[in-house]
Amino acid sequence: MQTIQDKIGHFPRQLEDESIYILREVAAQFERPALLFSGGKDSITLVRLAQKAFFPGKIPFPLVHIDTGHNFPETIEFRDWLAKETGAKLIVRYVQDSINQGKATEESGKYASRNVLQTVTLLDTIEEFKFDACIGGARRDEEKARAKERIFSVRDDFGQWDAKRQRPELFDMLNGRIAVGENVRVFPISNWTELDVWNYIKEEKMEIPSIYYSHQRQVIERDGMLWADSEYLNKEADEIPFEATVRFRTVGDMTCTAAVASDATDIDVIIEEILSAEISERGARIDDKRSEAAMEKRKQQGYF
Amino acid sequence: MDILRIATAGSVDDGKSTLIGRLLYETNSITKDKIEALESASKRKGLDFLDLSLLTDGLIAEREQGITIDVANIYFSTPTRKYIIADTPGHVEYTRNMVTGASNAKVSLILVDARQGVVEQTARHLSIAAMLRIPKVIICVNKMDLVQYQESTFNAIKDSLSELVAQTTFEGQEISFLPISSLYGQNITQKASEMPWFNGNTLLGELEAFEYASTLAHAPARFPVQFVVRPMTEAYHDFRGYAGKISSGTFKVGDAIRVLPTGQESTIATIEKFESKLDQAIAGDSVTITLSTDVDISRGNTLVLASEENAPALKDFSAQVCWLDHTALSPGKTYLLQHGINTTKAKISQITERLDVATQTSTQGVDTLKLNEIGTIALRTAQPISADQYAANPANGAFILIDEFSNSTVGVGFVK
Repeated sequence: MQTIQDKIGHFPRQLEDESIYILREVAAQFERPALLFSGGKDSITLVRLAQKAFFPGKIPFPLVHIDTGHNFPETIEFRDWLAKETGAKLIVRYVQDSINQGKATEESGKYASRNVLQTVTLLDTIEEFKFDACIGGARRDEEKARAKERIFSVRDDFGQWDAKRQRPELFDMLNGRIAVGENVRVFPISNWTELDVWNYIKEEKMEIPSIYYSHQRQVIERDGMLWADSEYLNKEADEIPFEATVRFRTVGDMTCTAAVASDATDIDVIIEEILSAEISERGARIDDKRSEAAMEKRKQQGYF
Repeated sequence: MDILRIATAGSVDDGKSTLIGRLLYETNSITKDKIEALESASKRKGLDFLDLSLLTDGLIAEREQGITIDVANIYFSTPTRKYIIADTPGHVEYTRNMVTGASNAKVSLILVDARQGVVEQTARHLSIAAMLRIPKVIICVNKMDLVQYQESTFNAIKDSLSELVAQTTFEGQEISFLPISSLYGQNITQKASEMPWFNGNTLLGELEAFEYASTLAHAPARFPVQFVVRPMTEAYHDFRGYAGKISSGTFKVGDAIRVLPTGQESTIATIEKFESKLDQAIAGDSVTITLSTDVDISRGNTLVLASEENAPALKDFSAQVCWLDHTALSPGKTYLLQHGINTTKAKISQITERLDVATQTSTQGVDTLKLNEIGTIALRTAQPISADQYAANPANGAFILIDEFSNSTVGVGFVK
């Protein structure tokens, strides 16, 4: 009989070796790199890889969190714990500050989200600390514009991505040379899939925020999906919160990531759920549904 | 679990994106929400079939023009393998992106339109596959549905390509021909009943069965030092480790090593990966090595086994190059040469020949190489590089050329 393990296979360790190689190149080629940390499973994986790349030394760059103020409290708690646990330096900058300074304007209406506004705060943070490389946990299997991006992605003064002017990337030679004002976004887990990340978390016995596992939560139903009830969600009169058993497959802001009904309390069941899911990971991200090219447009503006 | 990397190639409209879409569709790798998005996008375009190419053409400019501009990396798995497909552009303008996608591939899928037969792009793609020494090339004769599934059409294409293949094939490269229809899914994962005359495997069958010998693990051992780990903490006060990814061969604890280019010798004390200590590490492993004696080593040095032949220190050498930039290569100009993680200045002294990819013949005495052209150059570097011949050790025989002013990667070279 086929076991679950046969079905999911094992994590291909080659991917870990490649990611560690990329992280070491970042540390060697750049003067002021940073790791963009959201508290989600992909950036947690990056932190683990960075730990491995420089062990027994410490992670030689700070973790940077662009806090929208609309995060799940469980994620923030986890973020602070992980920074302490790894001894990495944590820098937090707030979207609220960008709004207060008049640099960003809060969206209005039922679907209001701060996801797009993050770009403003991110670009300001890059300028404040003069970061020349920002490591991100984006994966090419998530979204079709991301599928096109290089591992070292050069961004101009305004953080803009120009798909037509990407550098050829040959074998594993990474060219991180940039002009003053430019920066590089680096994606060490480009070639991992959602399943690879989960298999890795499992095999490495990594801690992840509790909201990835099944729990009871007040939610509302909107567009056929379950949304965590919070003060940040602009609810309509007929959207009445109720309690449900849910978990999150992907973690972004409370206003743009939907929950899935699930009883999965351990990682094997999570992996099984993903294998049989009819909806892709980003299907639970309302921000991607704004238009067919939502992600590409955000990336052109400097989004990571 | 192993990973098989594949690159597609073919002219515009040969159906590469559709082929990949079909592979994903038939291996149940597309979720319902994505199929629904495809259905509505296909309808909006006024099509009466599912446009699978919309799955991979992710950029606005691509959908607008209906062509692939840049490499998309696509993933799917079967119970035996994880597959990474680089869906690369066919348009001649974007050949450099094709080279980008193909540089790590073990299998090249070259598409030919059954109605058009062999065109210049087919020859170009074949020479790139040969230049990169991709171990397996599958020539997919697509759109067989539009030529009434005729065996004679398939054979005519096979015959005319075989002549070209005979001129480009190198030792160890496997080449096969496959008649398919991506649009209707014939010979992709299921045998086509319309082509009973073809008794070969389906595309997925060929991919699943392909075993490539891991030649890199048996090549001479090379370990470029990427990063020196010196924690200087209480627990690891005197720790000095050399971190890097083994590019070829095998290193074991106790092996006598030599440092290139300085020639100093020492012995491997430990091979470490995070909290575990290993007895040995092979090509592809990212590890940290410590030595039994204090040796002056920094980023860019290469460790080799003292018992094996050194990688030669090259300063004046010749290489095959593929030019990747709009500004042509001109002799006399200085570029930055990056070999692995090492960078040095390099001057191109001469272009000795240019390859005509359509005829596989060379022209001598040329003075420029333009975008997407392939040629042989003589060059001299400021510092020697510890490189092998690409043919003998691909992991240590390639380099890129970088423009000093624009910082762009402008060329890729293969040490002859």
